[in-house]
Amino acid sequence: MGDIFTTISTFLIGLLTGLGVDPLLAHIIVAFLGAFLIANFVLLILIVNIWLERKVIGRMQDRIGPNRVGPWGIFQTIADLTKLVSKEIIIPSGADLVPFMAAPIVAVASVILVWAVMPLAKTAIGTDLNIGVLYMVAVSSLGIMSILLAGWSSNNKYALLGAFRAVAMLVSYEVPMILTLMVPVLLSGSMQMGKIVSDQQIWYGFSMPVAALIFYIALTAEIGRSPFDLLEAESEIVAGYHIEYSGFAFAIFYAAEWAHAFTVSALMAALFFGGWQGPFAETIPTLGIVYFMGKTFLIYFMSMWLRATLPRVRIDHTMSFCWKFLIPMSLILITLVVLVDKLAALAIGESYLDTTTMLAMTPRSLALLAVNLVTGAFAVWWIGVMGRRERERLAALEIKHVVIETSAAGQQAK
Amino acid sequence: MAFTPVTFVFLLMSAFALGGSLGVVINRNLIHAAMFLMLALFGMAGLFILLEASFLAAVQILVYIGAISVLITITIMVTRRIMGTTESVNKQWPLAAIVAAMIAGTLGFVLLGRFQNVEPVGAVPDTYIAEMGKALVSHQGYLLPFEVASVLLLAALIGSIVVARE
Repeated sequence: MGDIFTTISTFLIGLLTGLGVDPLLAHIIVAFLGAFLIANFVLLILIVNIWLERKVIGRMQDRIGPNRVGPWGIFQTIADLTKLVSKEIIIPSGADLVPFMAAPIVAVASVILVWAVMPLAKTAIGTDLNIGVLYMVAVSSLGIMSILLAGWSSNNKYALLGAFRAVAMLVSYEVPMILTLMVPVLLSGSMQMGKIVSDQQIWYGFSMPVAALIFYIALTAEIGRSPFDLLEAESEIVAGYHIEYSGFAFAIFYAAEWAHAFTVSALMAALFFGGWQGPFAETIPTLGIVYFMGKTFLIYFMSMWLRATLPRVRIDHTMSFCWKFLIPMSLILITLVVLVDKLAALAIGESYLDTTTMLAMTPRSLALLAVNLVTGAFAVWWIGVMGRRERERLAALEIKHVVIETSAAGQQAK
Repeated sequence: MAFTPVTFVFLLMSAFALGGSLGVVINRNLIHAAMFLMLALFGMAGLFILLEASFLAAVQILVYIGAISVLITITIMVTRRIMGTTESVNKQWPLAAIVAAMIAGTLGFVLLGRFQNVEPVGAVPDTYIAEMGKALVSHQGYLLPFEVASVLLLAALIGSIVVARE
């Protein structure tokens, strides 16, 4: 019972070979079954996630949220989905049919493919590629392509403008994302997702808080959520690259967006918050998936919270924040981490790189934490300097805050 | 030759690579040509996976599809009047076809001669990524070309920023 994943797969393979199926074919069938389950899990959990997010954001903004379909409105998503599926897919005249229909499929595939290397529990990982992290970055870069395809093939200038803006933003934020993704790879000395998680006796989020924060900000931009929801700024570009999509084609884009938000929460949990690590998870792998999902939903809740709270950032601010702040900060951080890590390893010796127990990891974690705190303090100071400079620049231009004088206007009306 | 699943995948990926490449050169619509380029690169990535070079496959997708194809597509999109179907600029295609056929023939002749009586190499060792990484930064390996390439890219980056600021 301790390891439900191995138990089920050995049982199924035993059953199939007992029925006279070739052992190789039995393994292939079980592998396909696993892939089918993971892919559908990612899409089906959206039904819960979308309802949850609408409800939570509703409560945060002092509204009730969906409450008509079913108890607490839990069937609202199913009703919405039924509506979207039953609607006609309108293809605009002048649209390029093949890329137009391929774009949503590429978008959703690029998200689901990431789950192939996601370590759900100690014994449950689709395939523990030795280039897991690189694979993850590679398949998520296909998502950018789908946005370009959608924007171009729609034959609509708002869609094209939205796609340009989305691609500019996503490509920019990929840089700090990949730079901080180097941190777990550096610390565990491997790109294998399974090894990165099992090495986190002390979570990398604790020893490298600044790296985790930069990674999280970059991921928030990658999924296009508040405060970086410029991909669908209604007041500026109507709806962005998916303006011409309707019915089921739109539903797939929508699903890709939400699945992406859930996927990056899971990535954050796996790379910086110990994945399936928790009490007794080593010996009872079934517990691991509970911990992993718990952490993922906690991080997902945080992104809902941010979405409900923060206003949208202007596009030029978004870009300059990435290029002039996040990228230099992550470069400084990586350089310092490598330097201090190497020097400390030379000073302490072999035991420094030991990752077997929490106690053995403590010296390294403390050294890295010190580096992070210094970098973090520098980052806070730097933000202050940049803010003061911007205010001085605006003051020099004599741009004052526009104050709406309600009382004066009221007196004039009288 | 036995028809195994690997043969099927090989044929499929080769068809992607060859068909995609053909599509790139004979398509009049530049955006479609760029999409065929992506298909060809995807086929190449599949072939790398069959050769157990998964690192190269991932880099192929990340760099060529995720970055260079996006760059090419955006370049086409922001350039005026080349987005739709374009007429050919000149009438030199028969000459170009002859030259291309000659090059393909020569290369094919050389390659066919090369691939006779070859022995399959052994299995790829698990540590090949680590060895590759060490080779890139060791002075007995490719440290100098690696650094020169980095400097070249940095120069290109600075140059493009200078051009963009004017």
